[in-house]
Amino acid sequence: MSSPLALGPARPVPLSAVNPVAQLTAIVVVTVVLLVSGDLVTPAVLLAAELALLPAAGLTRPGDVLRRTWPLLLSAAGVAWVNVAFGSLSGAAAWASGATWALRVVALSLPGILLVASTDPVRLADALTLHWRVSTRFGYGALAGLRLVPLLAAEFETIRLARRARGVDAGINPVAHARLLASTSFALLVGAIRRGTRLATAMDARGFDSGTARTNARGSQLRPLDTGFVAAAVLVCAAAVTVSVLTGRWDPALG
Amino acid sequence: MTPAAVRLTGWGFRHATRRAWAVRDVDLAVAPGERVLLTGASGSGKSTLLRALAGLLDPEAGDPAGKLTVDGAVPDRRRQRVGVVFQDPDSQLVMIRAGDDVAFGLENTGTPPALIWPAVDAALDAVGFDLGRDRATAALSGGQKQRLVLAGALAARPGLLLLDEPTAQLDPGGAAQVRTAVLRAVDARDATLVVVDHDVESWLPLVDRVVELLPGGGTVEHGPGWRPAPPRLPVRQQHSPGEQLLAAEAAGYTHRGSGSAGLRPTDVVLRAGRTLAVTGPNGTGKSTLALLLAGLRAPTTGRVTAGPALTAGLRRPERPPHRWRAADLVQRIGTVFQQPEHQFLTGRVRDELALGAGSTRRAEELMERLGLAALAEANPFTLSGGQQRRLSVATALATAPRVLVLDEPTFGQDRETWAELVALLAEQQDGDRALCLVTHDAGVVTALADDVLALGVA
Repeated sequence: MSSPLALGPARPVPLSAVNPVAQLTAIVVVTVVLLVSGDLVTPAVLLAAELALLPAAGLTRPGDVLRRTWPLLLSAAGVAWVNVAFGSLSGAAAWASGATWALRVVALSLPGILLVASTDPVRLADALTLHWRVSTRFGYGALAGLRLVPLLAAEFETIRLARRARGVDAGINPVAHARLLASTSFALLVGAIRRGTRLATAMDARGFDSGTARTNARGSQLRPLDTGFVAAAVLVCAAAVTVSVLTGRWDPALG
Repeated sequence: MTPAAVRLTGWGFRHATRRAWAVRDVDLAVAPGERVLLTGASGSGKSTLLRALAGLLDPEAGDPAGKLTVDGAVPDRRRQRVGVVFQDPDSQLVMIRAGDDVAFGLENTGTPPALIWPAVDAALDAVGFDLGRDRATAALSGGQKQRLVLAGALAARPGLLLLDEPTAQLDPGGAAQVRTAVLRAVDARDATLVVVDHDVESWLPLVDRVVELLPGGGTVEHGPGWRPAPPRLPVRQQHSPGEQLLAAEAAGYTHRGSGSAGLRPTDVVLRAGRTLAVTGPNGTGKSTLALLLAGLRAPTTGRVTAGPALTAGLRRPERPPHRWRAADLVQRIGTVFQQPEHQFLTGRVRDELALGAGSTRRAEELMERLGLAALAEANPFTLSGGQQRRLSVATALATAPRVLVLDEPTFGQDRETWAELVALLAEQQDGDRALCLVTHDAGVVTALADDVLALGVA
């Protein structure tokens, strides 16, 4: 059974050649600049650069892009609307403020979407544990746990059906619905804990986190390309700020 | 790697929360390279013993007695010499690619990366896994997953291989694949093998001897040529086919977002007085068919219709079963799921039955008849596997439905509880009722079925 939640190997795309920790570093740089800037020009320039990377992340068809970004676009629209409708400004100024906020939200989130679209979960865990010394217990434990998510979704459905088979359904009463959901979730939680315990035992049996220094079969290399990627991110940020200052729009949010 | 020696003298273990010993007075010596099947009824402590051998019993979880050694040392100090395979493949796989998962154990023991991939390939080859290192683990069948788990255990070349009911969750084809892989892996006798299972017949050709743990403590050794006694089969009455209660007409099911059908269009008729067994390998949609017939899911093609005998008393008898109210459904079609605990709703066996039966008198009667009276006050979740199964059948019977749908009713049962359950189901076969059994278990089909529907792979 294929579930949209299933954790599978990611299809390699050009951007996959960049090490996940280099991508994360670039994300930190972009995020800091976006949080500091308060104008419309800076996020616009950064967003243009991010959009230019979409094809490298394998997101060439508009349908694919929309499928990954619709929650983000929706929240950006929501933020803009709140600003226009309830902000202290009015008229053109309100619209400009709304647009700035929407651009910032999109420009802040898009790098994360690029990372997810281009990065295999195992490579991410490898890179985090090898380069950033993230604990292996956390890195690979999280990976193993994520494998169980689609199983939980299937189990939730089974428990719901099993309850209907016992003559329990909520009908049209919303209170009964909430109570049924609560008791189904509890049954699911009990099952999840049992399965998690079994998984932990199996990982123990395979010597996980036993005190021996762990090796990594796949490795994770940092190459000149990764340095270049981070440098490019810094350059684009500098360019964005420069354009903003030169056009007289620079408006630091802090200070 | 050289095979390991195992020795137990007067060994026992008592869980911290229990008064009774889980297992006690076990004397056992397994020579290097030997293959031993450890069997015994549910609750005889087989799995506890296996965990102790693997060094996985937390000393704070209870009190041990006697002595247990692997290669002359306590198992804690021999963890790297031991490979273990448990029952459920999904809670043993860690990584998302087959090769990475086999490599996982080697990485944990600090194997230099250059040596890992040759060892991974050798282990995959040893279990006959030929789908490649990059295959997604989520896309594998149960038998393939379990062979991969076995490869992961073998990759570090253990001196002792421990298997805890490794085929219990697989269909017969997958189980046979796993046993073949085990045989291949230990053929050179460079690892000692201890298998825990209550399915004795399947392992007999692979093992040198059988040791049975007795429920009260101690063991019995069975010599070569020993066969377990055949199960007691119930005497049952044949009924002529009565009125049609439920029918599936070209009913099929496709999971949302999936390209291929989970169940191809299928015709089924359930008649009063008859028992239909639905068989076939995993992935053919047997359990899905059970859900359609049970009125729990709507078919995505075709339809499921109930006969007049079943719809009598319904306000809208023209509606298909999946649109009935749950309260109406449970009076007419009883369903028993593969995992009994999914169906339990209360904290006491007595309440569980009273919920369906409506009257306490009928609940008492059911408990008496199904041998649950002594457990009336117990929490359903604390019962043994066999007791839980009896209770789940009892809850389905409590409303006296005319159709009973059971998904893998004998799953996880030992010989004793299997025979009890089959006898119980035989008692439910009367002239008014139709049974539908979805099962891998050929023994159940022989014992109970009037008709057999074998689903095939698409």
